[in-house]
Amino acid sequence: MPQPLVHVEGLKKYFPAGGFLKKIWVKAVDGISFDIYEGETLGLVGESGCGKTTTGRLILKLIKPTAGKVLFAGKDITKLRGKALKEFRREANIVFQDPYTSLDPRQTVFNIIMEPLKTHGIKVDDPEGFVTKLLYEVGLNETHLYRYPHEFSGGQRQRIAIARILALRPKFIVLDEPTSALDVSVQAQILNMLKDLQKKYGLTYLFISHNLGVVRYMSNRIAVMYLGKIVEIAPAKTLFENPLHPYTKALLASIPIPDPEAARTKPKIQVVGEPPSPINPPPGCRFAPRCPYAKDICRQKEPKLKEVEHNHFVACWLY
Amino acid sequence: MSGPQFREPIIEVKDLYVYFYTYAGVVKAIEDMSFTIYKGEKFCMVGETGCGKSVTSRALANIVPSPGRIVKGKVIYYRDGKPVNMVELSEDQLREIRGKEIAYIVQDPSSALDPLYTIGYQIVETMIDHNTVKDWKEGYKRAVELLREVLMPDPEKRIKNYPHELSGGQRQRAVISIGLSNMPRLLIADEPTSSLDVTVQAQLLELLRKLVKEHGLTLFLITHDMGVVAEMCDRVAVLYAGNIVELAPVDEIFKNPKHPYTMGLLRAVPNPQADIEKLEPIPGTIPNLIYPPPGCRFHPRCPFARDVCKREKPPLIEISPGHYVRCWLHAQ
Amino acid sequence: MSAEEVYEKKILDRFSDALIAFIVKIITLFKKDWAKKNKSRIDEWRLMLYALNRSPIGIAGLVLGLGFVVIGIIGPWIAPHSYDFSYIMATGNYQKYYLAPPGTGGAILGTDDLGRDLFSLLLYGARVSLMATVLVLPIGITIGIIIGLVAGYYGGVVDEVLMRLTDVFLAFPGLILALAFSSALTQRIAFAIARSQLLTSLVSALFGVKPVDALNVAPILSIIVALWIVWWPGYARVTRGLTLQEKNNVYVEASKALGLSSPAIMFRHILPNILGPIIVMMTLDIGGVILTEAGLSFLMGAMVKIPDWGAIVQAGSQYLVQGKWWLVIFPGLAILISVLGWNLFGDSLRDILDPRTRRSIEFKIKKRKKRREGEEQ
Repeated sequence: MPQPLVHVEGLKKYFPAGGFLKKIWVKAVDGISFDIYEGETLGLVGESGCGKTTTGRLILKLIKPTAGKVLFAGKDITKLRGKALKEFRREANIVFQDPYTSLDPRQTVFNIIMEPLKTHGIKVDDPEGFVTKLLYEVGLNETHLYRYPHEFSGGQRQRIAIARILALRPKFIVLDEPTSALDVSVQAQILNMLKDLQKKYGLTYLFISHNLGVVRYMSNRIAVMYLGKIVEIAPAKTLFENPLHPYTKALLASIPIPDPEAARTKPKIQVVGEPPSPINPPPGCRFAPRCPYAKDICRQKEPKLKEVEHNHFVACWLY
Repeated sequence: MSGPQFREPIIEVKDLYVYFYTYAGVVKAIEDMSFTIYKGEKFCMVGETGCGKSVTSRALANIVPSPGRIVKGKVIYYRDGKPVNMVELSEDQLREIRGKEIAYIVQDPSSALDPLYTIGYQIVETMIDHNTVKDWKEGYKRAVELLREVLMPDPEKRIKNYPHELSGGQRQRAVISIGLSNMPRLLIADEPTSSLDVTVQAQLLELLRKLVKEHGLTLFLITHDMGVVAEMCDRVAVLYAGNIVELAPVDEIFKNPKHPYTMGLLRAVPNPQADIEKLEPIPGTIPNLIYPPPGCRFHPRCPFARDVCKREKPPLIEISPGHYVRCWLHAQ
Repeated sequence: MSAEEVYEKKILDRFSDALIAFIVKIITLFKKDWAKKNKSRIDEWRLMLYALNRSPIGIAGLVLGLGFVVIGIIGPWIAPHSYDFSYIMATGNYQKYYLAPPGTGGAILGTDDLGRDLFSLLLYGARVSLMATVLVLPIGITIGIIIGLVAGYYGGVVDEVLMRLTDVFLAFPGLILALAFSSALTQRIAFAIARSQLLTSLVSALFGVKPVDALNVAPILSIIVALWIVWWPGYARVTRGLTLQEKNNVYVEASKALGLSSPAIMFRHILPNILGPIIVMMTLDIGGVILTEAGLSFLMGAMVKIPDWGAIVQAGSQYLVQGKWWLVIFPGLAILISVLGWNLFGDSLRDILDPRTRRSIEFKIKKRKKRREGEEQ
């Protein structure tokens, strides 16, 4: 077994949500553990509010965890400060969902890409040539050097955001729904580019998305989150062909399939209702209230992640 | 122009042009748009951001937002079999049709509801406006029925709730029930589920299918998701840069796409049911509609583009019954 | 139809294009490829000026406002007489020049009770008002921006402490605070000026008065110092609000993820993005400072020696009952016009600096409609 590049253990994040005498907490992420191995893409899927975005930010120490630890190349990043933290910021980075606000509107592309280099004291001989090379790498060119973000389409902005990170030669990138604000024709371009860059530079990705088709295309392994918990982790193909957790099954059955014939015949496993609020998650298994197979134990005790077949972990009392 | 089973048209768009007069220039949002929606069918319009699908849906009820204007063309609405041109109707006549005979469901349910009033109030209000119910008492009774019909849990309680007390899916159900309140003939749904989670989306699509079937509604669905198209529609119009590039029954579009853009679109979507080694993206980006490319608007991104594509705009022609394509490859 | 056709250039546009070309030329003298690298920025400037050109009220405001500044600068030099020149002393004709109505002798706007030329006094007074705004605003704004940025960016306890401090200052009745402050400060400032040769010449140069009168500027300087204290809290509040809003943009988090320090994020990224509304507020405040300064000097009583608009009104007000209206009306008009000018300009600047409103303004849509209908026929 190779050493994981990122090791997450018992990670929790509770956000305060008001409350006068007794504080109320939103349990956005509630005790998750997983590993990301060097060179792989781990997909993280789940619906809005399940805590997948919070997880991405926790791993990069953009927010402080309530409990748990995150090891990056063996070092606990939750304890990093000052210079060591800055060094970590060079090696691990993030591409955000919204390309329209992730670039400072008052900076030219050249400045946007050069700024991280200056911040980290990296000197380049020919800045213009360096940035141009990076732009070519992400499918842009030298005519874009001195333009402002508002002159670019969403896909192009996402390319700029990626170039800005590549300038630092990182090892690990969190991709937080990088294409969900883009059109499908452009989405495919960006996804392919991300795959090529991964191969070329040996990058490790955490790919966060709600789009199962995209996650399957991008990931080696996939973790499914529901209300702050990981309910299932498996290799991509296994997860789609043999989903075990009832939530995963429901999720897969809910995706509209771009094939009218298959759509007419596909099994309709419909879950009822919507995810409950993470402020007062139900006791026991969090999916129990919506689960068609729920038993008594599901409502009382929380299931733990269990390896039911090789590399296939699931947190469900059925197994 | 007909699908085999739908003969009676409900709305006919003829040679429609919609332009937006912005400071940067004239955005040619829709040009040369013609299509017919037949009674009782589920008609879909699919395309990417800025292709004009939302503008089209607004043009149908003549509510194109400023600075946009319908420059040319007709939108003929068959009102009890009598054709009226929506473009030429007065504001009063339009108000009678909008919300009563043609209802809208928008993408963002939270902006469609007024946060200051209860769900019940907002449902009854539209009915009172269009004289569908006698008084508020009857209206509230009807509102509960409507909410039950859209499978809202606890409808008696929910009519007293304010929008912020509901979840996203429940809000969209409330919006749908407002749309249904006056028993419209045509329901226009503009990306009704794209702000919702997949499990909730599946529930709502199922609901829309059920409503269309039970009430004999005509559905005009706008989406960017080929999956939703496949699950929901009878006929599909594929839009690119303000033009219909292909219009066909849904099976034809998926099995036998003729326009290079449709083909590209289908190949660019990662199918969750298949292992894909490499997606085939459509190169380039959507053109700026202030300066649309001459000839076929897709030619700069088209792998099959020839000289004629750069010079002349291809017409929309019928290549097999009910299957229309706007492409020089199929024009001869 | 191309954009060129749609958009008809006005004469003013040609003028503003030439202005920008001139500025660009000057900059390229110092930085060679600046124009190439900043093409987008130059286009943006051009657009802004086009937008201004289509706002008659904004232009009127700008003309009035700039007029105030220009007169403030050159006023003391173009004034027909010095501020301490008196027709009575010069001609000895007390009868004619005591409170002479406009048009008497050489005094086109009349004279005051000392026989001074009102027109010249107003020109000198413009300098005093201009100096008040120039000395009050930058300092008040800088303090306010720093406090607001820090409070908004860090949030939590820092925000709480800084904002309560701001509240305390906002809770003081500004005018009374300034009055109390200036009466306490005037003597000290006068003393300081008297002792320092440098201060004396600096003050006399800035305010356009003779060195012997530098001492008498002390009350105005004390008003300015007092205004620093009452002026920043408004900016702190606005800046904090804008910062909170801007902080939501993902680029702030992205900068953090790239390892940028907090001051770098605050001053290099957030500040430039929120500067627009602050500049608008500042423009509107120019009028505010003129008004407040005039009001305070009015309240504090006559500063006989120094030609301050507020003081002139105050001195003249006692003669109003005798029908000597010009001592109140003309300085009042001067205040009104300069305040109004900046307010009008500020209002249209708000639309111009906001890229959304700037682009969506449907300039000249009517004209185009007409033309297009003509084409169709």
